[in-house]
Amino acid sequence: MSLAASTGLARPDAPLARRNPVAKVGAGLLLSGCLIATLDPVAPAVALAVELATLPLFGLRLGVLARRAAPLLLAVLGIVVALVLFSGDRSGRVLVDLGPIVVTTGVLADALALSLRLVAISLPGLIIFATIDPTDLADALVQNLRAPARFAIGALAAFRLVPLLGAEWRMLTLARRARGVDAGHNPVAALRLFASAMFTLLVGAIRRGTRLAMAMDARGFDAGTPRSIAREQRFGAADVILVAAGGLVGAAALAISIWLGTFTPLLA
Amino acid sequence: MDTHVRLEGFGWRHAGRRAWAVRGVDLAVTRGERVLVLGPSGAGKSTLLAALAGLLAEDSGEQEGVVTVDGVDARAARERVGIVFQDPQTQLVMSRVGDDVAFGLENRGVPPGQIWPAVDAALEAVGLNLPRDRSTAALSGGEQQRLALAGAIALRPSLLLLDEPTANLDPAGATMVRDAVRRVLADRRTTLILVEHRVADVLHMIDRVVVLRSGGAVVADGSPESVFAAHGDALAEDGVWIPGRPVLPRRAGTPAGEVLLWARGVGYRHPEQPEPALDPTDGRVRRGRALAVLGPNGSGKTTLALLLGGLLEPTTGAVVAAPALADGSLTAPPLARRVRRRPGDPAMAPHRWPAAALTQRIGSVFQNPEHQFLANRVDEELALGPRRLGRRPAEIRSTVDDLLGRLRLDRLAAANPHTLSGGERRRLSVATALATAPPVIILDEPTFGQDRRTWIELVDLLAKLRDDGCAVVAATHDADFVDTLADGVLRLGA
Amino acid sequence: MQAPTTPGRRWRTVDIVVAAIVAVAFGVVFFAWSALWNGPADAIPLPGRAFMYGVWLLPAVVGGLIIRKPGAAFFTETLAALVSVALGTAWGWTLVIQGPIEALGGELAFALLGYRSFGILAASLAGALSGLAAAVYDIVVWYPAPTYSTSMRIPYVIIAAVSSIVIAGLGGYALTRALAQTGVLDRFPSGRQRMAV
Repeated sequence: MSLAASTGLARPDAPLARRNPVAKVGAGLLLSGCLIATLDPVAPAVALAVELATLPLFGLRLGVLARRAAPLLLAVLGIVVALVLFSGDRSGRVLVDLGPIVVTTGVLADALALSLRLVAISLPGLIIFATIDPTDLADALVQNLRAPARFAIGALAAFRLVPLLGAEWRMLTLARRARGVDAGHNPVAALRLFASAMFTLLVGAIRRGTRLAMAMDARGFDAGTPRSIAREQRFGAADVILVAAGGLVGAAALAISIWLGTFTPLLA
Repeated sequence: MDTHVRLEGFGWRHAGRRAWAVRGVDLAVTRGERVLVLGPSGAGKSTLLAALAGLLAEDSGEQEGVVTVDGVDARAARERVGIVFQDPQTQLVMSRVGDDVAFGLENRGVPPGQIWPAVDAALEAVGLNLPRDRSTAALSGGEQQRLALAGAIALRPSLLLLDEPTANLDPAGATMVRDAVRRVLADRRTTLILVEHRVADVLHMIDRVVVLRSGGAVVADGSPESVFAAHGDALAEDGVWIPGRPVLPRRAGTPAGEVLLWARGVGYRHPEQPEPALDPTDGRVRRGRALAVLGPNGSGKTTLALLLGGLLEPTTGAVVAAPALADGSLTAPPLARRVRRRPGDPAMAPHRWPAAALTQRIGSVFQNPEHQFLANRVDEELALGPRRLGRRPAEIRSTVDDLLGRLRLDRLAAANPHTLSGGERRRLSVATALATAPPVIILDEPTFGQDRRTWIELVDLLAKLRDDGCAVVAATHDADFVDTLADGVLRLGA
Repeated sequence: MQAPTTPGRRWRTVDIVVAAIVAVAFGVVFFAWSALWNGPADAIPLPGRAFMYGVWLLPAVVGGLIIRKPGAAFFTETLAALVSVALGTAWGWTLVIQGPIEALGGELAFALLGYRSFGILAASLAGALSGLAAAVYDIVVWYPAPTYSTSMRIPYVIIAAVSSIVIAGLGGYALTRALAQTGVLDRFPSGRQRMAV
């Protein structure tokens, strides 16, 4: 579930996994950014092919990635349902006609295109986050992008507590049952239970945060002296090439789509 | 005589509080001395240590008097002081062992070439033999506290402050941490000021005892023998754990009643975890008996408490309730119409009962009382259980008043539960479980971090419940609690 | 009893860490939230996603109200979005872009009020602006015209904005007040207004 758990899925010495975290994120953002610009199915299909081809370079196995990608399938299903209900373009042959629900071949084509687009845009993120260590990312943000160190490290320290807060959430729901409060099948009761657990989680989290801040100050976090660097994050030639490659693949996908005449701009 | 630490007329009041945490403290500690600070809960010991570490920010309260380390105000002397707090999870900053020790060194601008050798030296000094990239989340409590200690001494402070460093640990972990502290202090040049509940375990390490009283002035100061001889009784009364004053056992006077709950090969494994949290376990919970569940951390004590409490569904085996418990002949209204009397019937499994029915049959008290707080007033909190059962307002009121009295929560009736002190929160969480009068009570680490007075109160309360015919189950690693109260022991393997 | 001082502009350690941990806690809450509402129900823009939209913008409002310093709403909401991505969200990682955009919306609200007002109005405005920013991003990137009908896109933005005002704005204000009552916010200006215990 957490980032920390997922980094064990990739071989850390794989050629692309070894690259600077900021370079990986940059490459991915450039690629996804290009794919956002079009609504046709060709560009994402091309990009998807390249993305899947890079999996071994990241040291990821397809099966492992598939499990992390499961929420995407639900989102794809959501797209299909959303289009069936709210499509603005019901051209093509009508397949189903039930009052407000009109499914045409045009709607299905749009659904396919948008689903491919969603997967092609999201996949780089999944791959990248499966190969990034949070500490390395924070270090790279501070050293390579000049992000303010106290905020990056503070965020990192808080992020370390994610598994703990997750376990606490489970305890909180059990504790509510122990007090005689359960939701049964009542959605309003389920919402109230959720809100109650959220409140208690926040109380505990803030308490912990205050103690953690004190412990960090005890070790000089607010000393005002400039921090030195224990773990160096280099941004070298290979990293520049990676970022450029991300942009190039995105541009190439768009170019192919334009050349084949299927390009459908986002902002028509 | 080289005075290292001095407090003169020192007082501190936290913002948002009416009472002073400490007031009028005069204390001088010489270099190399080993001081133990004692006092009942609420005596301001943690505040005192925080002041010595220079961590009480000016905007977080009001100060009187002076606190100096090496002659300068404590806030300016922070890099000469190392402090270890009691909760490992809120002291560790980084997710890898080496990075965490390096954290303090990075903050102080130590040149990169010197950082890693210093990290290795600190880990060696506390006897923590782990690779630098080991995940901090995978460490045991004892290892985590030793890591915190390594972080605190990495800059070679001349003053070491320890605020109940073993309070959250099981006995094995506590021993490891004490040994690490002894290693660190072996050079006899570091001054130590220590707050610790279980005095007997640290007596060999200290040469001076300072006692604070509630509202925080110093009432006693001297060698351990003289302080305990002169003030031992008064201190024990006040809640300090003085060595050599055991608590009388409270054994069950009546023979054991019938079995109310069986654990039959019950085990649990979370779907995402490869290892089971609890291996198949057998046990019996009887009326009129206090059962202690023992085992090292990680052996599944909490999991067993949750399974017996009907809060988790077992992945192997079963928890079976006696018909008398399930159909309510022991309690007021019976369970749903669908209940039949055959043992082995799914309706006998507590995890299937509706929550309200569960509170009438099995009460659970969690390790962290705050997990169970649902209301924003103490009296509302107590009324919640009975109200969910549909009791009449007059009956609810009398139940609430009775519990407020029995557990000394009267003057807190209108307070927000989260603002209560540790001992008060514990009493409130026990009271909420008692509000629905279940015949079985299951507690997870009930004596965690208690001073002697609240500890004895709790033991008396549980003994009385047991003598009145309840079944009491407590998951604990408190050996004294087991010796004093338990009629039976269920040991979980390592 | 000391009167509460107005906060300085520099962020203390406790400001950074508590903002971060509020963000992280909300990240966990979001994860539990999506588990509560099965994927498809949340993936359908109307009514599913839009009505409960405000939940996602709570960190901006709560962070801004607790810390009360420039950048609080931005930092808290952005980090909450990043944690969401790390834990696995159906909508993929363009949240890395959308997060800062909606966070800026919330930050803008507090900035417009000069970082001097932290009452219901500020909370509602922060909810509204962050919700609008997020919803407009959604209809531009995920529900573009002409694929989706205008009769869905416009109501989507409106309902999402209203939900953000109610849940994130008013709800966030109430949540912060309730947190202050528990005493956990004693190190912050929002906590100093309760009765001394």
